[in-house]
Amino acid sequence: MTAGSMLLDAAAHAGFYGLMGRTSGPQIRGGEAAALLRLSPVPVEAPDDHFDILLAIDWLNVQRFAAELPLTPDSLIITDPDAGEVPAAIAAYGARIVELPMKELAKKIPGGRANMIALGAVAELVGLPVSAFTETLGKALKKKRQDALEASIAAVNAGAEAAKALQATARLGVPQGDLPPRWAITGNSAAGYGAIRGGVRFVAAYPITPATEMLEWMAPALQKVGGALVQAEDELASINMAIGASFGGTPSLTATSGPGLALMIEAIGLAVASETPVVVVDVMRGGPSTGIPTKTEQSDLNIALYGLHGDAPHLVLAPTSVADCLFTTQWAVHLAEAVQCPAIVLSDQSMAQTRAVIDRPADLAFVARRETVSALAAEETYKRYALTGTGVSPMAIPGTPGCQYTADGLEHSETGSPSSQASDHLAQLDKRLHKLTDYQYGDHWAVVEGEGDVAVLTWGSTTGAVREALALAQADGLKARLVAPRLLYPAQPEKMAEALDGVKRILVVEQSHLGQFHKYLRAEYDLPTRDVTLFNRPGPLPMRPGEIRQRLLSWR
Amino acid sequence: MDSKTAAPALTAKDFKSDLKPVWCPGCGDFTVLSSITKALAELGLRPEEVAVVSGIGCSSRLPAYLNTYGFHGVHGRALPTAAGLKLSRPELTVLAAGGDGDGYSIGGNHFLHAARRNADFTYVVMDNRVYGMTKGQPSPTTEPDWDSALTPGGTGLSPFRPLVIALASGANFVARAFSGDPNGTAEIIAEAIKHPGFSFIEVMSPCVTFRDEQRQWKTQVRPSPVPATSDRSQAARRLMTDDGFNIGILFKGDRTPYQPPLRARMTAADLEAEFAL
Repeated sequence: MTAGSMLLDAAAHAGFYGLMGRTSGPQIRGGEAAALLRLSPVPVEAPDDHFDILLAIDWLNVQRFAAELPLTPDSLIITDPDAGEVPAAIAAYGARIVELPMKELAKKIPGGRANMIALGAVAELVGLPVSAFTETLGKALKKKRQDALEASIAAVNAGAEAAKALQATARLGVPQGDLPPRWAITGNSAAGYGAIRGGVRFVAAYPITPATEMLEWMAPALQKVGGALVQAEDELASINMAIGASFGGTPSLTATSGPGLALMIEAIGLAVASETPVVVVDVMRGGPSTGIPTKTEQSDLNIALYGLHGDAPHLVLAPTSVADCLFTTQWAVHLAEAVQCPAIVLSDQSMAQTRAVIDRPADLAFVARRETVSALAAEETYKRYALTGTGVSPMAIPGTPGCQYTADGLEHSETGSPSSQASDHLAQLDKRLHKLTDYQYGDHWAVVEGEGDVAVLTWGSTTGAVREALALAQADGLKARLVAPRLLYPAQPEKMAEALDGVKRILVVEQSHLGQFHKYLRAEYDLPTRDVTLFNRPGPLPMRPGEIRQRLLSWR
Repeated sequence: MDSKTAAPALTAKDFKSDLKPVWCPGCGDFTVLSSITKALAELGLRPEEVAVVSGIGCSSRLPAYLNTYGFHGVHGRALPTAAGLKLSRPELTVLAAGGDGDGYSIGGNHFLHAARRNADFTYVVMDNRVYGMTKGQPSPTTEPDWDSALTPGGTGLSPFRPLVIALASGANFVARAFSGDPNGTAEIIAEAIKHPGFSFIEVMSPCVTFRDEQRQWKTQVRPSPVPATSDRSQAARRLMTDDGFNIGILFKGDRTPYQPPLRARMTAADLEAEFAL
């Protein structure tokens, strides 16, 4: 992992883009793990169809995720002679195998390590100058002694030297000139930073894979900006603490994964009924139940949309890339506060734990701006749940004199007094629905790109692969549109109709065994054609650009 | 002179709302409500500076009967909701209130961790040893042989001991009160609010509908023969021989309350530097 991060950083400093995901077996610490890198002179958002180089310092139980390491006969496998035979599951790809004695080379350098030899070898093969590592290594080893840095640089050089004898397969090419300001960031950090930029200053959460890093990034960041992250005793406490803090006027958030979201659902319904804004980030992983905690899947869509009991409309959003984790989470905070409603943000393991080199995202105007009430004339009675034109009622923040009220999960009248009357129930249900459906969400509701009478509908982290597939297909003469809703609920039927106007065929791409997104589209939208094909599979294997392109081209 | 000192002194009545409680005539919770309003008035607080948070159950209806801010949340989660509010708005006076089922059964885990976390708020449990809202099922504090339709012949289970658990979990103030003594209860509540950290008050509050025999409590309770201790182990020893009818403050500790500082040292935009290449 360390060597992978350094390779990404060095490539970034040399002017390239890239992303690094990771995969591993089920061990707590150590054991088999692979850093999955894609480097490019242009921004990339999805894993490529295959890897050009597989470098193995050891093989351990790599067969546990061999399917996540697709190779072709043109790929290159670099193996250490000490590591033994290339496992059958890997050798079966038919790639060229070369041996590089990384452990032996490392031993010749005092303090040298095999992973630094590997780093130098890969750099040489892809055409990344060794000088690119000097800064990266200096940063990574700044807490260690000078001789550790020198040993690492010597090892990288030795690896590069040794790799000169190997025949390179893929070269990185030349970086673009005039690069814009760029960031290296994971989806988890981007979501955390988006939340803070949106105004979140209170987080309560319980550790869970793969959301933990978002929380670990937010904890010190919140301290710096005058907020706080509280580690709660469980997910029930997390969401209720966040609701309590939001009732107090502080934009609040919790982050979790599927099992935690399931535990939070009752309280999310409370936030709907009591009209308390709160953001819940669900970093999806393989389900159901404990499922595959370390691997990605898009299978929490149903619970996010439909998991609440009662008629409980609420916001559901999904970022479409690592960079978009920042935008969508920040927007979610803004929307939740504006319509006084919970927002569920569906990220996933592949975005959240991928570190990407991206162009610096634009500064956004979307911040928390809750409609509040400051004071009332003496004779007025404050109505917390007043029926207003927009459905949004100004909220009194505790401390405001004369506006005391009790927020309630019980159905209530306009003042907040518990009520089981049919008229109050209908009026409040209408209010809570219309404040969502009447809100003007603007153009951010979806990623809408391209033209033609074919459309690919997708969502979340598969968007990047679809975008790349469409670019490939266009080179083959096929024009197609991409529509990826960022706002999943409330559905935007008019905007969808406009985006799909004139479309004759639709391909739905998603990473769910049940085809949850496809069913959602059927339930919430009138699609303009009956010619709808579903291309889905469960996680953890990513949807790759080449196979999506293949589907599209096979239609002709 | 600020507006606080200019405002006239408030009475208990000023802390009551116009809503008529759903409670049965004779319910102990009426007097607990009065004791809370009396304590708030005596402390010189303003209604807008106070928030009372609850879960679900008969006694959890209490916030709406107050003229303070209130949050009537989901079953068992009053404590985390109150903690979130207090930790993000430390200047507010926060109380959590509810019953024995809400606090010791479905919310039991939060009870342990609220005591351990020791945020500065007060938790008032109106314990009647029965689920009243669902019409008479045993709670964690119900006697093992109490017969009910759901548990014919009784549960056979030893009752939960709230004061023991609170003390062992780190609560910074532990007391038992009796709703039949509204003045004494008000005094204990006021002391609890003033005391820093997590303050826990178990109030014996009879359910005359499903536990008519609890009317006898008024003949059984007695003021604790000893004053409050600040020695947690001494408090624990007293509980070993406690028969459940000693009323008063058992323990006042000196743990520092948990409160994140909430002081900004930089802006959100300043955080960007760590991502920039």
